[in-house]
Amino acid sequence: MSDLLRLEGVSKRFGEFVAVHDVTLFIPAGRLTAIIGPNGAGKTTVINLATGALAPDAGAIRFKGDPVTHLSIHDRVRRGLSRSFQIMNIFPRLTVLQNVLLPVLCRRGRTGVALTPVEGEREAVAEVERILGEIGLLDQRDAPAGALSHGDQRLLELGIAIAPGPELCFLDEPSAGLTPVERATVLELIRKLFAERHTTFVIVEHDMDVVFSLSDWIVVMNRGRVLAEGPPAEIRENREVREVYLGEELTA
Amino acid sequence: MDSVLFQGLIGLSMAMYLWLISAGLTIIFGVLRIVNFAHGSLYMVGAYLAFTFYGLLGWPFWLAIVLSLLGTGLLGFVMERGFLRRIYGIDEAYQLLLTFGFILILDDLVKIVWGGVFKIPQIPAFLDGAWSVFGRPFPVYNTFIIGIGVLVAVGLWALFEKTWWGRTVRATASDREMANAIGVNVPRVFSGVFVFGSMLAALGGALGTPVRVVAPGIGATMIIQAFIITVIGGLGNLKGAFVSSLIVGILSAYGTLFFPVFELFFIFVIMAVVLLVRPQGLFAR
Amino acid sequence: MGVRPSRRLAVFLAALVAALFLFPLVARSYSLYLAMQILILSVFSLGFNLLFGYAGLLSFGQAGFFAVGAYGCAKILLAVPNLFLGLVGGIVAAGIVAFLLGILCVRHTRIYFSMLTLAFGMMIFSIALKWRDFTGGDDGLVGIPRAPLEIPGLLTIGVANLEQYYYVVLVVSLLSVLGMYRLVHSPLGLTLQAIRDSESRAEFAGVPVRNYRLVAFTIAGLYAGVAGALLAPLENTITPPIAHWSASAEPVMATLLGGIHVFGGPIVGAFLFFMIKDIIVRFTQYWLIWLGAIVVILVMGFRGGVLSILVERLMPWRPTRPMVTRRKA
Repeated sequence: MSDLLRLEGVSKRFGEFVAVHDVTLFIPAGRLTAIIGPNGAGKTTVINLATGALAPDAGAIRFKGDPVTHLSIHDRVRRGLSRSFQIMNIFPRLTVLQNVLLPVLCRRGRTGVALTPVEGEREAVAEVERILGEIGLLDQRDAPAGALSHGDQRLLELGIAIAPGPELCFLDEPSAGLTPVERATVLELIRKLFAERHTTFVIVEHDMDVVFSLSDWIVVMNRGRVLAEGPPAEIRENREVREVYLGEELTA
Repeated sequence: MDSVLFQGLIGLSMAMYLWLISAGLTIIFGVLRIVNFAHGSLYMVGAYLAFTFYGLLGWPFWLAIVLSLLGTGLLGFVMERGFLRRIYGIDEAYQLLLTFGFILILDDLVKIVWGGVFKIPQIPAFLDGAWSVFGRPFPVYNTFIIGIGVLVAVGLWALFEKTWWGRTVRATASDREMANAIGVNVPRVFSGVFVFGSMLAALGGALGTPVRVVAPGIGATMIIQAFIITVIGGLGNLKGAFVSSLIVGILSAYGTLFFPVFELFFIFVIMAVVLLVRPQGLFAR
Repeated sequence: MGVRPSRRLAVFLAALVAALFLFPLVARSYSLYLAMQILILSVFSLGFNLLFGYAGLLSFGQAGFFAVGAYGCAKILLAVPNLFLGLVGGIVAAGIVAFLLGILCVRHTRIYFSMLTLAFGMMIFSIALKWRDFTGGDDGLVGIPRAPLEIPGLLTIGVANLEQYYYVVLVVSLLSVLGMYRLVHSPLGLTLQAIRDSESRAEFAGVPVRNYRLVAFTIAGLYAGVAGALLAPLENTITPPIAHWSASAEPVMATLLGGIHVFGGPIVGAFLFFMIKDIIVRFTQYWLIWLGAIVVILVMGFRGGVLSILVERLMPWRPTRPMVTRRKA
């Protein structure tokens, strides 16, 4: 088995509300998976459970074969599990370069260095510049991140998410709130990163064009459960999925 | 055995003071999401106003209390409308700092108006004296405080559960955008709640005047105790504030009985223990 | 990345340091005393601002650690007349206490953190007040000697008079400033600022956020300890009020006055704090009311502090940063 991540019978409830119920999900390496579903289907909760932001009430989570159910967030990041956020989450008062530098320093175990200037971390800075080149923000490296356009901030967040060099990276609605042009840029970037790096992406998306053009495998969630999964062509034809979720968009 | 029970009663009356000072703080936090550092100073102003009307002018005790509540409520109104309202949008650290500025101003203002000496007026005649409880004299005034504390608890419960205003306030506390969307005048609710909380602080201060010293520094002492109560009970949780007042009041009464050296220290130990076991307080929201 | 100090600034700083070293030649003892107070508050405030400006944690209990440094230094000096031991002992004691209380405090952030630090600071105040046998209670510790600074096998310096002691305070303060400057421009400094900007993003970048907060808290405690330890031999007497929360307010004021987002803000603020105090107390005994009014004005209208305004005026090329992060929903 080359499953990178395995969720086995995972459940999570908030008070009375069952956000995720008995979800079993295998994410193999090298396949671009998309998780779709209506609002409140439990997509973001699955990300939160997988990455350690939430602890499951039941079930087990394995990453690269090791149990990680009770590991802290930063320990999972260190093992190669990373994410971006649905609501923009960057370091607004730091420069673009510093934003990406943090995860790189962290992976190199240099964040505790206290008395030498950060500019002296030449290898880390060079690596960050490569990443900024990949995401197309190199010419804005010294701008405060909070001053970037919304689209550029999305690109930056993608840069922060891949900077730890993850094997598996969750992208929570990476194109939310973008103009069509910006959206195309972000998608092109995801495709490029997927091709060039050994990173397996799992994206949560609302935009069906994005989902069907980008992914190799689609997981459909509804009311906290996995409704169906399979390759895009199969999901497109799945009757149940069409009824619950895709109906209007595909028949239109 | 009797002395143990008697000490419990002492603790209960201490608990009620703690409850009165922390109730307003926790209500304001619950709705406005602001920790009012100057809450202790409002307590102090309430105490000084009551002292002025009752102790200096010789007016009836109850009238002094009512006037003290109104005066302190007005002060609270000015603080909220004139200052706090203008910085709701920014980092909450600045709201703490602003109310901290108020403490400094009010502390000195009180010194300028009333002078820097301690003041204790007479206990009103109808509340003076003591009963015999477990064969020991227990002050009538402490019994009165216990009664008021329970009354305030019941009153607040009824206010928030049974009245239209209470429901509006709770709706605003749980989701201010939603409250705004269904037509609640959120800024007015904020002002109302802040004034209400200020008056609760003043009630604690006014009721304390005959038995606790009234001095410029008391606001600072009070706010520390109120903070500890709300941290233990869970920020913004009224039931938590009541329960933790009881716990702290009664435990410190026994603590001072058995380990008098640690009188001031005891309350911090309770807080540290609760934080270790339940970091979000006993009744987290 | 950090802006390199311009040449003009470097010349100014060199002149300032030279002036500080020459100061005792022209100053009377009151001015020297005031200068030492300013230096001590500068160190204290720099530590505070590592927590507030850089790590985003507003502490109202720093006076507690200041007092641990002061009492620790005093106890040692009363037992062993060696300033070096006194300073080191006081600083280490403050660091240990900060580390232990920090474990509890850094589990919380924002308002909770502020309230907890306030409460624990007051706990230290209560101990100073109540543990008579050790702290002298109300009367405090008296007759603390300005004992000679002895590093065995290296040097022995007498510091009994005010001028001599001034140099101790100056050198220790300058070293502290230099250390803090290096710290905030190091990878650790970057990590703390990132945590301040977004705790969750930092955690998901792989940073064990709580551990780093504890590091910042402990360092801030150490700086408070340095300040406190320097104060004890200066005053010869220390009493519980140095641990009171109104004393915790002094670094808060100084930092607000000078500016939280500029490295030198707390230092400029410490200077302004004592200047303003010195002027106001000549006219009225009610100086707190003015201090309170200044706080209110700063919070309502000038959250960047004095130095930020100057920086924007004098160095227009420097990118201005947003002064205030908006509260997240």
